[in-house]
Amino acid sequence: MTIEETGPESRQAGTERTPGALDLLKGLGKGLATTARTLARPAHTRQYPHTEPDLPERSHGVVALLEENCTSCMLCARECPSWCIYIDSHKETIEPTTEGGRARQHNVLDRFDIDFSLCMYCGICIEVCPFDALFWAPDFAYAEGDIRNLLHEKPRLGTWMTNVPDSALPEGYVRPGAAVAEAAATEPAPAEPAAAEPAEPADPSTPEADPSTPEREE
Amino acid sequence: MELPLTVEIILKAVVVLAAFLTLPLAIGQTEHKVMAHMQGRLGPMEAGPHGIAQLVADGIKFVQKEDVTPAAADRWVFRLAPAVALIPYLVALAAIPWSAAWVAADVPASLLFVLAVTSVGIFGTLMAGWGSGNKYSLVGGMRAGAQLVSYELPMVLAAASVALAAGTLSLTGIAQAWSWWWLLWQLPGALVFLIAAVAELQRVPFDAPIADAEVVFGPYTEYSGLGFAFFLLAEYAGIVVMSLLFTVLFLGGWSGPWSDTLGPVWTLLKATMVAILILWLRIAWPRVREDQLQRLAWVVLVPVALVQLALTGVGVVVWG
Repeated sequence: MTIEETGPESRQAGTERTPGALDLLKGLGKGLATTARTLARPAHTRQYPHTEPDLPERSHGVVALLEENCTSCMLCARECPSWCIYIDSHKETIEPTTEGGRARQHNVLDRFDIDFSLCMYCGICIEVCPFDALFWAPDFAYAEGDIRNLLHEKPRLGTWMTNVPDSALPEGYVRPGAAVAEAAATEPAPAEPAAAEPAEPADPSTPEADPSTPEREE
Repeated sequence: MELPLTVEIILKAVVVLAAFLTLPLAIGQTEHKVMAHMQGRLGPMEAGPHGIAQLVADGIKFVQKEDVTPAAADRWVFRLAPAVALIPYLVALAAIPWSAAWVAADVPASLLFVLAVTSVGIFGTLMAGWGSGNKYSLVGGMRAGAQLVSYELPMVLAAASVALAAGTLSLTGIAQAWSWWWLLWQLPGALVFLIAAVAELQRVPFDAPIADAEVVFGPYTEYSGLGFAFFLLAEYAGIVVMSLLFTVLFLGGWSGPWSDTLGPVWTLLKATMVAILILWLRIAWPRVREDQLQRLAWVVLVPVALVQLALTGVGVVVWG
């Protein structure tokens, strides 16, 4: 009431009028009204440990490994900003299948570890993998009592593939479990696993497969 | 029902102490819950049903914590400050009537007594600010001191207006003289008193002394453990005292239907409403800048309080 005396003068000063005492009171009233309205409504909180969160399937929870796609190319390990990926591999020779053919070599993955105590969940490894061997999985509850237990190895990284959404998987890939179910459901299914098989082995000569996958969207 | 004097005094002291230890916790718990729901949250839910024992758990946590005194601190001033901040509100609580009979220490001129005693609490804050040996504490303490000097005047003027209207300085007398149309007659004074009370409690929007972005936690920055808990308790005890005082001065205290039997319930109900309003301000409003804070006190509140005093004087002469 008393501050209002200065109000009108300052309003005339510029084209953009400065808020006066009345605006101030209006704003304060608005604050009270908003909080009161929120009080009357139910809370948005979900009590996490008691009720599981309802996460979108593409949540960035943990990095999952599709082992059969990995060529041990080391791109992920080299791009990782926190150096938390450890890869060991050895070369094996594939004997020629036709007579007079040449023997070929391929990498066999011995060790693929991600240290989640160092990982900062930037997802660069997933972005950089040309062979669709790494995926975001929505799993998040993998805390450990000891920080050393956060170093997860191939088998554990592989288990997280179960929750990777189908839309994120490479085209033509069929899950090990789903292949059986689909074979039973549709008749021409037997051809499908066969088609999936050649696409997935670690074949460095087919990097064209990756731009088509939806994983590249982000 | 005649008790020996010593028994009566001890009994009253125990009751006041019990109220002093439970009411601030009730206010604190209410703040937790009201603030949470006003922000779309649930607040504490784990300690007891709906987190009812959250503050007890907090208290146990505070007791377990290390009580650190900084090397640069003025040791005794630093250690004594929480008690100085807390005790005045205990004393004030004893002198505030809940009904004509429910008053622990019915001193004459109890309004003056309560106002004087609550002002002592600020010394605790000043001592904490000075004794901590920390520049943020010092700045916060000085802000608190400046704030008290500014807001004590309109507060006392608004209280004086009610005392003038009632013709007595006794809180019991004021509440008994109150009638419903004072709600309008004393409205400007009531608003001034409420604003000044919030400022004196250093609650939002007048919490510049503990503005975290500027002075960390002001005078309380260096405190940990029980000392810190005492300051928090003092803040909530202050809300209890100020709400009760506002109820007795401006809302007629225990007056209401069947006030002979339900008097204290009415006082508690009204004071709870006032306390929730004080909590609500914290949730809804932003912090006032230091210079705006001083300006509001001297340019708005003091003149309004003086006008109210004149209005009351005219009213008393015309109708009295």
